[in-house]
Amino acid sequence: MKPTQIALRAGLPALGAALAALPAQAQETAHSIDEKINEVVGAATGPFVNFIFAPFPGTSFPWIVLWLVIAATIFTLYFAFVQFRAFPHSIALVSGKYSDPDDAGEVSHFQALATALSGTVGLGNIAGVAVAVSIGGPGATFWMILAGLMGMASKFTECTLGVKYRNEYADGTVSGGPMYYLSKGMAERGFAGFGKVLAICFSIVCVLGSLGGGNMFQANQAHAQLANIIGDYPGWITGVIFAAIVFAVIIGGLKSIAQVTEKIVPFMGVLYVGTALIIIAINYDRIGWALGQIFDGAFTGLGVAGGLVGALIQGFKRAAFSNEAGVGSAAIAHSAVRTKEPITEGFVSLLEPFIDTVVICTMTALVIVITGVLQVDAETGQYIWNAELGRVETLGDVSGVALTSAAFESAISWFPYVLALAVILFAFSTMISWSYYGLKAWTYMFGEGKFQELSFKILFCIFVVIGAAMNLGPVIDFSDAAIFAMALFNIIGLYFLMPIVKAEMISYQSRLKSGEIKRYA
Amino acid sequence: MTTETFVVAYENKEGDDGLLDYAIARAKKDNAALLLVHILEWSPYKFLTPQEIEERHARRKQELARAKEVMLDPALAKVHAAGLEGDCRIRYGSVVELVAEIASEASASMIFVGRSGTQSMAARIFGSVPLGLAQVASVPTVIVP
Repeated sequence: MKPTQIALRAGLPALGAALAALPAQAQETAHSIDEKINEVVGAATGPFVNFIFAPFPGTSFPWIVLWLVIAATIFTLYFAFVQFRAFPHSIALVSGKYSDPDDAGEVSHFQALATALSGTVGLGNIAGVAVAVSIGGPGATFWMILAGLMGMASKFTECTLGVKYRNEYADGTVSGGPMYYLSKGMAERGFAGFGKVLAICFSIVCVLGSLGGGNMFQANQAHAQLANIIGDYPGWITGVIFAAIVFAVIIGGLKSIAQVTEKIVPFMGVLYVGTALIIIAINYDRIGWALGQIFDGAFTGLGVAGGLVGALIQGFKRAAFSNEAGVGSAAIAHSAVRTKEPITEGFVSLLEPFIDTVVICTMTALVIVITGVLQVDAETGQYIWNAELGRVETLGDVSGVALTSAAFESAISWFPYVLALAVILFAFSTMISWSYYGLKAWTYMFGEGKFQELSFKILFCIFVVIGAAMNLGPVIDFSDAAIFAMALFNIIGLYFLMPIVKAEMISYQSRLKSGEIKRYA
Repeated sequence: MTTETFVVAYENKEGDDGLLDYAIARAKKDNAALLLVHILEWSPYKFLTPQEIEERHARRKQELARAKEVMLDPALAKVHAAGLEGDCRIRYGSVVELVAEIASEASASMIFVGRSGTQSMAARIFGSVPLGLAQVASVPTVIVP
């Protein structure tokens, strides 16, 4: 055990004592529960995972990753690089320059952005990037940034539609998201039946994504980080504690926990990026080298198995999992915002992949590369590939969130504790957001009602325990598959509906130019 | 015919009856109209959960209706019963900033505000509504105990 781990154990006497007090037989039983859950869930999700990640015939390129890349490229071109042209206007919207003072008290653009970000900024930025860089090499970072920039156009498209086709109820509440624009928007285009099928398919995989990436993956990595610093203990213990807190918030209506988390999460985000910048600044002499590794690795692979394609696949996969562009989740969050112009939510939402991927994920990747936790062969200068594990050899032989933790620890010894807190808070806020997304898809399928809501929320809590108890492999595979499956149905609809977004964009921009859309500050 | 307008920063907290009575007495004496202002504290940067975002519009409508029916309508009835001209405004935002802004928009000649009555550390460090108004308002501000 590392000295820091011993120190933390001393700092957490209650937990340490409780775990130490577990008799050996009980611990064995606990581990066997983990293994049993792994076995059952791993076997149940295997065929679904295999289908989603099946390679494009004759290549090693998963067809679903290609699906996202092509969509992001098409939206970027179709909207004439809206992510770059509208970037300054998006900032102006978020800073309230176009907000009518008479609308004060309604949800502001800033609040919509912050809430949607709290659902996306999370473990994908910390653990997911580590996975990408350890499997795809530093070059994966380049493709991740590119995917983030392109994904801004996908997010713009889906969030505009989310607001435009939401359902508004008599009591003033709203429900929106891909399931609504797929059914209502497609009906408007003359494809009512097909739209309904897409909406139902989307809802099914959204519920799975909510239970997978939005829940199991979060619980799993939060447990991994805790076990990393206080010593190994059964995952279901973390799962039960997390599930109890999530239960208190989403079923017990204990808003204070959610509100405290929502306040701390942005602070942790700033702290995380700030610390990454400090570590990069400390290693300023290696910045040029690290950037060189990222660019070289993007096109040569630097000896990492899979080369360019391997780096590209990992970069795009992790970017999509982190910023969720094209997945449709953010459209659910943004659709609840009351705005006179649906397109304004599109403009605001395009900032999310930028903040999430281009800024935060890049920081994680740079810290991992720059601190040298990826092992390089001194003779060849190439990364040492561990064929058995299917990734680059790492310092301490760790992966996922533990690799990011090791990278930060190599520069700032106490940072793993801060990171552990950040991971837990990020995991928790992501779970709260995804419980909402899953619930919206669930009620779309089964109807609004107290029983329907409660049944989903209980299911969600059960999956917290399952997620924390499983090994990283089956959890991350299922998480990825479920999230990517959402993109499959969502993007088909986006292709049909993108002319509607374009008409909205042209109308808005001409009114903005003529001064009809007023600037208040 | 009234000659001037007095703004009353009305919160309907304990002691605001005294504030309203005093403002009515002064308005009668000066032949002024009263503009009752109630501000619902709100920041566009406050973090909301997705569920809160969904419910926000409905909540806003309820909050506005409640503020009007429970607080301002009875207070305005009292103003009218005293034979004075009166009106009211409800807004969301920062209390000090908005009361001062509305007073300015209405060309009011005076603002009446109730004493905060708090000795808390937070009020000492961050200030209170009466102190804030005394500092930023462009017209004389009367703090009513």
